[in-house]
Amino acid sequence: MINFISDAAVITKRQLQQLTRVPELLLFSTIQPIMFVLLFRYVFGGSIDTGQPGGYVQLLMPGIFVQTVAFTLAGTAVGLAADMQKGLIDRFRSLPISRSAVVIGRTLGDGALNIVVLAAMGITGFIVGWRPSSSVFEVILGFIFLLVFGFAMSWIGVLIGLSVREERVATNATFIVVFPLTFLSNAFAPTTGMPRPLQYVAEWNPVSTMVAGCRQLFGLENQFGATAGSFPSENPLQMSIIYMILIMAVFVPLSIRKYNNAAKK
Amino acid sequence: MKAVVAENLVKSYTKGSVKALDGLNLDVEEGTVLGVLGPNGAGKTTSVRILATLLSPDSGRAFVAGIDVLKHPDEVRKIIGLSGQYAAVDETLTGWDNLIMFGRLYHLSAKAAKDRAVELLEQFSLSEAAKRPIRTYSGGMRRRLDLAASLIIRPKVLFLDEPTTGLDPRGRQDMWGVIDELVKGGVTLLLTTQYLEEADHLADEIAVIDHGKVIARGTSDSLKRQVGGERLEIVVENEYVLAVKEIVAKVSGSAVNVDEGLRQISAPVTTGSKALIEAAKMLDEQGIHPLDIGLKRPSLDDVFLSLTGHVAEEKVAEEDLVGKGRRRGK
Repeated sequence: MINFISDAAVITKRQLQQLTRVPELLLFSTIQPIMFVLLFRYVFGGSIDTGQPGGYVQLLMPGIFVQTVAFTLAGTAVGLAADMQKGLIDRFRSLPISRSAVVIGRTLGDGALNIVVLAAMGITGFIVGWRPSSSVFEVILGFIFLLVFGFAMSWIGVLIGLSVREERVATNATFIVVFPLTFLSNAFAPTTGMPRPLQYVAEWNPVSTMVAGCRQLFGLENQFGATAGSFPSENPLQMSIIYMILIMAVFVPLSIRKYNNAAKK
Repeated sequence: MKAVVAENLVKSYTKGSVKALDGLNLDVEEGTVLGVLGPNGAGKTTSVRILATLLSPDSGRAFVAGIDVLKHPDEVRKIIGLSGQYAAVDETLTGWDNLIMFGRLYHLSAKAAKDRAVELLEQFSLSEAAKRPIRTYSGGMRRRLDLAASLIIRPKVLFLDEPTTGLDPRGRQDMWGVIDELVKGGVTLLLTTQYLEEADHLADEIAVIDHGKVIARGTSDSLKRQVGGERLEIVVENEYVLAVKEIVAKVSGSAVNVDEGLRQISAPVTTGSKALIEAAKMLDEQGIHPLDIGLKRPSLDDVFLSLTGHVAEEKVAEEDLVGKGRRRGK
């Protein structure tokens, strides 16, 4: 057990070390979400009337936070596919270390990177007018929610990365997963504008429940589409917790199994 | 005491359509070097992967230092070192970072990991490059660092899968030097290679494998003997070819081969250097000064050709196919 923790810590440390050896990594993984905040705030912000005090940016920020942490999946998948391709996973598997330390270390590392990214985005948001109206405690709780969601999504990335085994394939594969997930949601626009069947999909989407949950924690009123009165609409936080547990319950064991059977070329 | 034993290993890829190993038997005596020689796709990498606990065979058994690889992989991992065809180190990190990381993963203390890293960097002439990211290293340096990483715990048994594939001649020479040192230190080494001269240079014993089976085994000398004995070869100016042919026929007593283009006269001999001296004397008596004269022993290339009926390099295209099949399969 002690070994397991220290093994995972070594892997997490490796990832954070990469950031210090290649500062561009950290720079670009932070610039991209900041760019999204600015683009959405000034491109769409002017034309979307939200009826909420404070304007679009209040709705936007939770959406863009969730989108960003959902993309943790991509970082994990691409990183592991690269390790696979370069034979690093083989080397790790030939070491006398716990069978799950490598993937847990990786998901923790990717999760930890989100702290920096969310902080940078939060500050940018604040500068362009984002003002959560809830208590400090609720705001912090909101960020914890986001970090846990990012960690859960990272586990889906483990399975994708170890399955596709090639960096470039991983990049493309994750876009196909994450883009529909984040856009078929309430993150950037109200679901009421979608065709009715899509509204149901959108409102049951874990990204939507996360966004709705965060909006609630940051002090906004819930907005309902076609599914008003449904469980995820009325209880977005509870539903998000259920989703996170479900994602981890499915993908943690699958990913660890995949790692152990990772039959390389 | 056998340090490595593989018994009747079978492994298929792509639902049985590609048989990588077809009843492979191997063993390595403790403290010796076994060179596993074969063309691409012969099953070399698959056998190493199984012995190094990375892959399970469909059937068969494997032991490292007496430990059952399939039943107690964790015990095996504590005593082996593996260095593969691709330099499996983190390229964004420095050489130092990598060695510390692997040292910690072998559960060395922070201090022990540092001491060992200093030692290994020194041993592999990488001390100066220690603080540079691996991506700035040359191919040979990467390979040396990869090897260093596999030696952190001073493994009892070391597996090197094609340690010099893709290196330039200089890199290969350096790598051979490093491996020679290790072998002097007494490590048991199983080395795969597709280079015949590499097996000749590094290995005590050679197992030739093809289509997932060992097709011949022995020392380099015994394998060469299997193909045939020595040949006396003399190269002379055109005008002397006929005269020399007679001399060679006298010394050899068997059929003489004359290559007009190369002006080379050759024939099998059984008396070794005695035949050479005899021929040289007769040439001297007739005032003929050969351009070249010598005893030629068969190369491992000749061995491979006579054992498999094809040359070692011929199967590259097939390996590509096998590689793709495997990637698609499980």
